[in-house]
Amino acid sequence: MTLGRRTLIASGAAAGAVTSLPRLARAQAANTIRIGVLTDMSGMYRDNTGPTSVACTQQAVAEFGNRGFNIEVIQADHQNKPDVGSNIARQWYDQGVDLILDVPTSSVGLAVNQIAREKGKAYINVGSATADLTGPACAPTTIHWAYDTWMLAKSNGGAMVKAGGDTWFFITADYAFGHALERDTMNFVRASGGRVLGAVRTPFPGTTDFSSFLLQAQSSGAKVIGLANAGSDTQNCVKQAAEFGLTRRGIRLASLLLFINDVHGMGLRTAQGLTCTETFYWDLNDRTRAFTRRVLPRTPNNYPNMIHAGCYSATLHFLKAVADMGVAQAKASGLELVNRMKAMPTEDDAFGTGRIRPDGRRIIPSFLFEVKKPEESRGPWDYLKLVQTTPAEEAFRPLAEGGCPLVRS
Amino acid sequence: MDEIFGIPAPLLFGQLLLGLINGAFYAMLSLGLAVIFGLLNIVNMTHGALFMMGAFAAWMLLNYLGLGYWWAMLIAPLAIGAFGMVLEKLFISRLYKLDHLYGLLLTFGLALVIEGVFRNYYGSSGLPYRIPSELQGAWDLGFMFMPVYRGWVVVAALFFCLATWLVIEKTRLGAYLRAATENAPLVQAFGVNVPRMVTLTYGGGVALAALAGVLAAPIYSVNPQMGTNLIIVVFAVVVIGGMGSILGSVITGFTLGLIEGLTKVFWPEASATVIFVIMAIVLLARPAGLFGRA
Repeated sequence: MTLGRRTLIASGAAAGAVTSLPRLARAQAANTIRIGVLTDMSGMYRDNTGPTSVACTQQAVAEFGNRGFNIEVIQADHQNKPDVGSNIARQWYDQGVDLILDVPTSSVGLAVNQIAREKGKAYINVGSATADLTGPACAPTTIHWAYDTWMLAKSNGGAMVKAGGDTWFFITADYAFGHALERDTMNFVRASGGRVLGAVRTPFPGTTDFSSFLLQAQSSGAKVIGLANAGSDTQNCVKQAAEFGLTRRGIRLASLLLFINDVHGMGLRTAQGLTCTETFYWDLNDRTRAFTRRVLPRTPNNYPNMIHAGCYSATLHFLKAVADMGVAQAKASGLELVNRMKAMPTEDDAFGTGRIRPDGRRIIPSFLFEVKKPEESRGPWDYLKLVQTTPAEEAFRPLAEGGCPLVRS
Repeated sequence: MDEIFGIPAPLLFGQLLLGLINGAFYAMLSLGLAVIFGLLNIVNMTHGALFMMGAFAAWMLLNYLGLGYWWAMLIAPLAIGAFGMVLEKLFISRLYKLDHLYGLLLTFGLALVIEGVFRNYYGSSGLPYRIPSELQGAWDLGFMFMPVYRGWVVVAALFFCLATWLVIEKTRLGAYLRAATENAPLVQAFGVNVPRMVTLTYGGGVALAALAGVLAAPIYSVNPQMGTNLIIVVFAVVVIGGMGSILGSVITGFTLGLIEGLTKVFWPEASATVIFVIMAIVLLARPAGLFGRA
């Protein structure tokens, strides 16, 4: 076969075009930071995490602006199933996602924690509660951002025992989160001189009727029923406890994890008087109100809670660290990226100033709130009043007590 | 205090009563499913979504139109039943000649779509719906505090189950329906409009689901996934009772409610599983279900 000059030139040009296209795409990818929000888009935690977590992440990206690299936010629904979550996490990291964010539901949160460690990629968990993420399961690539079971237990449990609720019965969601919250709260109750009279583990998800568990709790004679569950489980418990006259008989409900979105779902008439512990409330101060005003157009029907605000603040901090290190280095090592994040103080409108400990725990103050009576509420989503503040250094489990292998060495 | 198997007697009685109340929901939902399967041969996976729509209809009537619980008891089943008939005419009627599997897949898909739409507009954390003032309060039964509303649920469910059974077993309309399932062309030859009857039957089954939804609204969180949680259990109830057996599904509904209630005392972690264990045993011993005809 003889090749003409023209054919040769044409084919050379074509070959050049073919090879330069992926090179261009690769150059683009090398300069793009990808954040994957892995969350519950369709289940019972959707309003507590879900689309509003994505909206807050996007808000942070928009506020961060253009600093010489592209930022891409992708999202997926883990359906509260550890196997589904693990598959997506593995796929994302393999496809060059630089950070996995949010991951509510402790069982899924722990599964993704393992994968991030294996792959050496950055992982900021905001949505899961289990304190094991910075305890026995702690990983050098993981940061636990907004709250955990220990901090909830300390604030709620301590306050309840002090108020005279010294005998407890637990209604616990039967998975990693419920177990951790129950364990941590029991420790606080016992440490403050209270007694635990019993506990019942309820199947998760799929329990809608809690009346028989509530009745068991009542017959135990406990003064306080600790609800170691969340979302619609907590709502159903509160609703049904009122229905069966438990609250009228003087039994107190300790909603150990309650979000403002749950209060919205129950209505103030049902929820009034309950307490909850948060690290963020939209109406806490001028900065939180300013943040909420900015983000609300992206999520008009669902106000941000501490998880949503956490996604915002975590994204900002992550992007600051990337800008600080340079994109190439940030993409090369998730571990170094996380170490850089730990070395920098956190600062944003939603939480003010904070820091990240070596075990991955972010340290911020926690606030105990009481749900307002209907007549006290002055406007939409005006639901909580501040009862007590725990300073940052006391809010979370001390570093030495968590059993995190990173700390011992 | 008297004890039975190490459990205080009052607690046990309370649990049995609660089991009966949950059984009332199972019975009402499985009744609708059984009617639809018996007469249309459709495994209606949309049932849970329609139950949820019933609860949402009650909430919407109250919040958009100011119509309370009793109006919802009337309007919601009619509206959702009509919606069901539209579904039947548009989609389901095309599948009668095909294998059950097609009906199952179609209705399952419809359920996902309906739930997705509600989730999109109303979120997942639920909406508040109050117990009507006439049914607030509780009776002190000595061994437990019995909310008036729960008592009402049992009475209402029993009434509707009985009424449905009477219509199908004892009236001329019911006789036509049963005849049409045996041999539709023959019934049609006698001048009965079988397709219309089938549509109405589907609408009736759906109305029962919506009614159960209205009954559930004040006690469960009204949220888009409320049907999904129940529907799998209800299917197990129908399978245990015998697909298509109306009396079977009612009796099984109440019985399984009781068994589940007892499991919640003796082994709470297994309370979500116990019904499926029973289903497996029943299928091994009597594949047609307890009340089904082989």
